Formats: sequence, C-alpha cells, structure tokens
Amino acid sequence: MAIATGASNGATAITDAKRRYQAGVLKYGQMGYWEPDYVPKDTDTVCLFRITPQEGVDPVEAAAAVAGESSTATWTVVWTDRLTACDSYRAKAFRLEPVPNGPGQFFAWVAYDIILFEEGSIANMTASLIGNVFSFKPLKAARLEDIRIPAAYVKTFKGPPTGLIVERERLDKFGRPLLGATTKPKLGLSGRNYGRVIYEGLKGGLDFMKDDENINSQPFMHWRDRFLYVMDAVNKASAATGEVKGSYLNVTAATMEDMYERAEFARQLGSVVVMIDLVIGWTAIQSMSNWARRNDMILHMHRAGHGTYTRQKNHGVSFRVIAKWLRLAGVDHLHAGTAVGKLEGDPLTVQGYYNVCRDSYTRRDLPRGIFFDQDWCDIRKVMPVASGGIHAGQMHQLLDLFGDDVVLQFGGGTIGHPAGIQAGAVANRVALEAMVKARNEGHNIRIEGAEILRKAARFCGPLQQALDTWGDITFNYTPTDASDFTPTAAVAR
Amino acid sequence: MMTNPVSKITQGQFSFLPELTDAEIALQIEYGLSRGYAWSIEYTDDPHPRNTFWEMFGMPMFDLKDAAGVLTEVRNCRKGFPQHYIRLIAFDGTRGVESIAMSFIVNRPASEPGFGLIRQEAAGRTIRYTVHGYATDRPEGERGIETS
Repeated sequence: MAIATGASNGATAITDAKRRYQAGVLKYGQMGYWEPDYVPKDTDTVCLFRITPQEGVDPVEAAAAVAGESSTATWTVVWTDRLTACDSYRAKAFRLEPVPNGPGQFFAWVAYDIILFEEGSIANMTASLIGNVFSFKPLKAARLEDIRIPAAYVKTFKGPPTGLIVERERLDKFGRPLLGATTKPKLGLSGRNYGRVIYEGLKGGLDFMKDDENINSQPFMHWRDRFLYVMDAVNKASAATGEVKGSYLNVTAATMEDMYERAEFARQLGSVVVMIDLVIGWTAIQSMSNWARRNDMILHMHRAGHGTYTRQKNHGVSFRVIAKWLRLAGVDHLHAGTAVGKLEGDPLTVQGYYNVCRDSYTRRDLPRGIFFDQDWCDIRKVMPVASGGIHAGQMHQLLDLFGDDVVLQFGGGTIGHPAGIQAGAVANRVALEAMVKARNEGHNIRIEGAEILRKAARFCGPLQQALDTWGDITFNYTPTDASDFTPTAAVAR
Repeated sequence: MMTNPVSKITQGQFSFLPELTDAEIALQIEYGLSRGYAWSIEYTDDPHPRNTFWEMFGMPMFDLKDAAGVLTEVRNCRKGFPQHYIRLIAFDGTRGVESIAMSFIVNRPASEPGFGLIRQEAAGRTIRYTVHGYATDRPEGERGIETS
C-alpha cells in the first residue's frame, strides 16, 4: 500500500522560486525532497530506509527529511542554493509504505543523483547516506535496509583483488567448500604455541587457519613472531599434504604505516592471504585492497564491530548493505553468518548476504531481504565465510544452505576435539567430503544428512568422536533481524 | 609413506574418503554433466602443490555427454600411466566462472613418497621455504616405470 500523494499537509513542493527561497524555515516536503512522481534514473543510487517517525511527525515529511538530511538540506532555507543546479543535488524521497506488521515504521525509497558521490569512494558515499541523517531528532530510529547501486557507479570500483574464482585457482581447490579454523584461545598463546595449533589444523586437513580479530601485536605475542611461526607451520603442512595451505595473518594495526609494514612482511614470508578487521574503516579497507591487488594477496575481511549497527532491526545499517559496500571496496573473504551457529542470523536473511557476495546479478528477493535488482557488472565475487559455533554435525545443513562457495570455519569444532586438533580437522574434512560426494550422487542431504555423517563415521573414528561430543549442540534462538515478508524460525536440526 | 592422517596426497575433492570405485566415479561424472560441465583428464608424476599444469590426456571432452565414455577415457589413461597421479577435472564455461568446478584424483602411484621442506635461513629469523617433491628426484625419463 502506497501513501497517497499530497495526503499530508506540507508535502507538496513549492515551485514558485521567490516563495521557495524566502528566508525562514520550510517543511522538507515543501523544499522539494518529496517527489512522489519521480522515476529513478538508471544512474541513480536508490536507498530503502526503514524509518520510525517521532509521535506526531507526518511520515511523508519524515521521508522527505531523510532525503534532505542525507543530501543538501539544512534546517533553514539558504539563498546560496540558487547558485547551484540544486534540483540535481537534492535527494528525492519518492515512495513510502508502512512496514508489514511494523506499527509506526515505514519504508521510504530515496533516489540520489550520480553527481553526489565521488567515484570509487565508499567513504564519500557513506558520509552522505549514513551521515547526519541517523541522528536526526524528528526520527526515533532509521535503518538503511538496502541499496541499489547503479552500474555506472559500480564500474568506478575495482572490487575484490582476487575474487573467489581466482582464489580457487591459486589454491587448487575446487568443487567443495573450503575449510578453516580460528586459532584458540584467542588471546595469550605465544608465537611458538600458536604455530603448533596452525600446523596441527592444516596437516589434519583444513585449508586455512585464521588469526582472530583481536590478535594484533600484544605483549604475549608480537606480530613478527606470530608471522614467522605461522609460516613455518603453513609450509610444513603444505609439504606434509601436498596441498596449498594458508593462514590469515591479521595485519590490523593502529596506523596505515603499521599495516603496510605487517602486510609486506607477510608477503616476504610467502603467505597467500592477509586479514583485516572491519573496524579499520572504509578508507583503510580500500587502501589495503589496492595493496592486495599489487601483491597477489587474498584479502580476508573479519566483520568485527558490525553487530553494533546491523543487528537491531529498527536502527542502523543492514549487513546486506555493508556486504555490498565491501564487495565494491574490494575484499576477497567476508564473514557473512552461519544461520546455524552461535551468532545472529535468520537463515534466509543470511542467504541474502551470501547472494550479494557471490551473484553476477542479484535479483529482488523479499524473503531474503533483497529489495532491489543489482547488476554487479562482472566485478569479482567475494567468498563468504561461515564462522562461529559450527561443528561437523551440521555439515549437511551448512552445505544445503550455502553451497560450495563458502569457507566453513570450525574453530572450537576443530581445536576442542577430544582426540586433538588434527583429529578435529580430519573429522571436519571427512564430514565435508562425504557430504559433497553424497549430494553429487543425488542424495537429499537435508533429509539424509545425519545418516550420511553416521555412515562416514564408520570409517573415520575422529568423526564419530566429534558427533558424540557435539552432535546435539544447537543454538536455536529467534533471530532479531528477519525479513518483514516471510516469518522464519531458526533452523532446527 | 606420507605422515598426514590419510597417508597420501590430499589434493582434490575426495582425498579423505576411501578411494572412489569406478561406479562412484561415474556418479560424479554424471553430476558434472547434468550441470553442463566439460570433463577432462590430466596426469602427472610431479604432484607438487604448485604444479598447476599436469599433462592433458587428450583434449577437454566438451562434446562428450556420456558418463560411460568419460570413464572409458579414465581407464585408458590408467592403462597408459598406472604409476601416475590422474585427476578428473570439470570445467564450467559460464560467464563469470570460466574455471574448474570439480577436481578429484582417480589414480595414484602404489607408493607416494611425498615432499620434503627445505629451509633457507635468511636475515632477521626469516626463512625461505621450498617444498621439494621426492617423486621428481629422478630424471623424467626414469620415473613411473617401476612396478609396485
């Protein structure tokens, strides 16, 4: 149901220039930020905001205010607008609908002309779209739900330095999800002990090991020590298995200079991958992406901090928008949720994030939270990472939900194995290969999954132990961020 | 014998499972064909992790849509190279992929000697690593002819 044009007082733009630019305060609608007849151009960016106006604030005026505050408006009329082709610079709210089953909330569609954003700069785009507007008093809350980025603007970005296709070619690993594990405990291991965990995991059958997001260069383990021991483990494991192996060396640091220094050392040691945290910010991310491109490096992105603004449904930025920006900014791996693990994520919503990472062309898909078609213009694909509270007993669910192009990371589910880290890795690799084989043979893994695992465990003791230890562990809590169009429950076993 | 948990090179999709039977291989081939992939066969006696270009056993079989036909080629390759590594590769020509979609080993030598790690100590505790395949210690013309 669309809100009728001009239904509310002050929603109509004043077209007489003399009246429009008289000093004083006008409603945003009167200033021209609400244009219900506007048809977005192919080159426009279109944002869908979920807005919760304060009591008594007209929703049309609130939508116009969002358009105004995320583009040219200030609180009062300024005559200097007339020195500009101000129609171009004004964002235009052009559609408003009540949120289904969301009393007091509205979806507002806002279009932005391509002249508003500097080419190839996520920092610039975000400064407009999620700048002042999110603190604007007449709104109780606002959330950027989704964004349509025009092809013309997409092509100003270089995107992932490697992309999942080339990553597979470099690693010589095809036709199955990749396997990883985060080294645990997160904090306190010395470089020597840390390298031991890496070696055991990789030799046991994992493709990747990973630094945690908060492992940088603390007193217990300085970064050079970590890099040296880790790379010894990686190379030893590669020789022991005949496979290319990697470990995400986290180069997150206080300054760009520090990050470049750490990344350069990782390169010298022959690492295939480096890692950064989302908290380093858009500018640093794009700089590291350029560095990775110059140095043939896979760039792993840990989304540390995103939950502070993505999780609550009424306010912030949806992770699908963050994922779109990160694909443009240029990362190769992105943590995008597990649906079945310990961290927030409605299954369909999480699949929506994965699609944004991996599609060539993303179609509108409301149950998955995708509001817009998005042409990715052949920009490379991001490999999503499922990490956090998952174990071998969920292999059928994970493969069914996410397919082959994903890194499945079992941290506790590898290192916490009762027979040791190598055994934990073996359990995960056997479970994975058995499930892929069965799926390809035509088995319905959603239904037969548990049985396929039990069968594989007959020839693999470590898998049996893993199933005995974790087989019944689930994290079934109701997600806070599910689609407004299809109610979903957490995945049951 | 290699010391990893499965005592063999673990490249490919199914190295941690018991060796696939020909019937099982045929099912994987059918799966690939059903998705429009083209199968090809490659073999080598140098399974170094970064030896990308194994020898092609004929051209990729773009027009062969019959799993039994692909399997026949696998058997022919095994006859010619019983002591080599042989892998089946499925190619996906979709725009935006144009790469390998499946890859698994269908023949191994009776004995897999594995790899050594050569460390060259360099400045600042840095080490330069070389993964060395024992299989390639002998001249090319003398490899793969011993019987198991």
